[in-house]
Amino acid sequence: MAQVTLRKVVKKYDETLAVRGIDLDIADKEFVVLVGPSGCGKSTTLRMIAGLEEITDGDIMIGGTVVNDVPPKDRDIAMVFQNYALYPHMTVYENMSFGLRLKKVAKDEIRQRVENAARILDITELLQRKPKQLSGGQRQRVAMGRAIVRDPKVFLFDEPLSNLDAKLRVQMRTEIKKVHQKVRTTTVYVTHDQVEAMTLADRVVVMNGGRIEQVGAPNDLYHAPATKFVAGFIGSPAMNFLPCRLEENAGALTARIGDIALPLPASRTTRYKPYVGKELLFGLRPEHMTEQRPYANGETRNFSVKIDVVEPMGMETLVYFRVAGTDVCARVAPASAVPAGADMPLAADLAHMHLIDPASDLII
Amino acid sequence: MASIAATAGGPTRPVRYGSISRNRRRALIWSYVFLVIFAVFFLLPPVYMLITSLKTSQEISAATNPWWVFNPTLQNYIELLSSNQYLTFFRNSALISIIVVTVTMLISVPAAFALARMKFWGSATLATGVFLTYLIPETLLFIPLFKTFAYVYEYTGIQLINNWWVLIVIYPTLTVPFCTWIMIGYFASIPKELDEAALIDGASYIQTLTKIFIPVALPGIIAATIFAFTVSWAQFLYPLAFTTSTDQLVLPVGIITTLIKGDVYNWGQVMTGALLGAAPPLIIYAFLMDYYIAGLTAGATKG
Repeated sequence: MAQVTLRKVVKKYDETLAVRGIDLDIADKEFVVLVGPSGCGKSTTLRMIAGLEEITDGDIMIGGTVVNDVPPKDRDIAMVFQNYALYPHMTVYENMSFGLRLKKVAKDEIRQRVENAARILDITELLQRKPKQLSGGQRQRVAMGRAIVRDPKVFLFDEPLSNLDAKLRVQMRTEIKKVHQKVRTTTVYVTHDQVEAMTLADRVVVMNGGRIEQVGAPNDLYHAPATKFVAGFIGSPAMNFLPCRLEENAGALTARIGDIALPLPASRTTRYKPYVGKELLFGLRPEHMTEQRPYANGETRNFSVKIDVVEPMGMETLVYFRVAGTDVCARVAPASAVPAGADMPLAADLAHMHLIDPASDLII
Repeated sequence: MASIAATAGGPTRPVRYGSISRNRRRALIWSYVFLVIFAVFFLLPPVYMLITSLKTSQEISAATNPWWVFNPTLQNYIELLSSNQYLTFFRNSALISIIVVTVTMLISVPAAFALARMKFWGSATLATGVFLTYLIPETLLFIPLFKTFAYVYEYTGIQLINNWWVLIVIYPTLTVPFCTWIMIGYFASIPKELDEAALIDGASYIQTLTKIFIPVALPGIIAATIFAFTVSWAQFLYPLAFTTSTDQLVLPVGIITTLIKGDVYNWGQVMTGALLGAAPPLIIYAFLMDYYIAGLTAGATKG
């Protein structure tokens, strides 16, 4: 039973504000990922929950109790660090049991808990090894084992996969998800990798410049971003942004991008009407610009462009072209890709488009 | 097939291989030349001590080849090791060194931990201050120290001068700053996450120090121990200045003051005494050298 609550939490280093008053409610058993570019305050937030950083203002509650002045060891949390932070002079068994031995837990119980955690993580045969005899992935497992053994209220992960190579990272990501499904402990996970955030989280917290941009389920963030930052941060390759001007012609709205006039879906007319005549940003993800194919929703607009760069990825091909002075990326089926320099007919699925007000950077 | 055959035929012009290995060999030869020169330069005095210690006084003063022992004898060793005086010097030196090493480590390890890890107001300045103390040469310090001891006697009646144990008070002023400095460096190289992990695991500062930092920084602690031992064992100026009675002397001073009588140099015993005196540091080096190799932190974090 451990929900984590942040109330107007502020962190100030000398005169710089690292975290600018954030509010966050994390439910019991929930897996929440804090994601954002480096320096956005996500690690600082995690360290404040851990008690490794003092908070300048606000309240942090774990399981309903304010823990602002509670030392880390009494917060009943466990943390997994980016560089594992295993004790080099201890065996895996000693590493995992260190916290329990300090708490003077009975020997039999320690053995049972360590063996149980080792079984969950599949590291039983490594228990007598020293950290330097382990590979990166194994060390990461041990670091997680050390957290599981303590059976804490909250797991905290600080970019745990950043030091692993790409293949192992994907593997460990699945592993972390499996472990969470087994032990069901409230988890706060920090990463700068939006793919990790999307795949792991029940809810993703996108942070930028010490503030929370948006909190939501991975698919909500993807389909309904609240700000330009979230729209550009979630999804890879990133969303295309094009400056446009909203015009009204006989009740129908069009977005004028350079010399192209793009008729907008009729369903959005009421929503966009107040912005007629304004300079806005038109946003569309690469995956919503494809080769021309039959779409069911009837909101596709066909156009043809000269392709500048072609990047084959195997299952799909990325093509780049210029529209109104901006580089734009589209994802097309490999079979329909044309060589660089050639013209290609494309279709934009405007059911997934967004308009952004540059004055507030909010999606309208 | 054709292309393979062509390659197998090899180049028609002889190619000069092995210039890298020739460079390497030349570098190695020069390394050996200089290493041998240095080894000879530094090992000749101890070898000469050994040769001389095996000679009788007659043979030392005889005009024979000084680099050869014609009538080897252990007489010098027997005489010294059965002399109460020499054994007293040895005991004084050993007691002082062991206690000084212990005191030094008890002070400098926690001090270094505090300065390296517990960020408090003025900790950086204090760390620099610790090092600056070490920069004041002892030759400048022994006269003011002597004066201080005189004041202490004047006001408290405690006689510090001419007592071997006063060196236990003085030596740490030399060893603590340097050992603290070495240990700050070692502790600073331990990743911050390691003590944070210990903190979350529930360790207090003392437990973090004893269970994590000391084992991980063992090579540094051994380096500091060797340093503290060598400084206190080989110290000459302070014992010469502060102790005078023969039963209060330490080894280096004792050998000089008792085995050289006026202008009569008892060379055989001087050499034997010095050789025996050099043995303990040598033995300690030999035993601790294996631990002295760093790399114990390997595996703590991504290597």
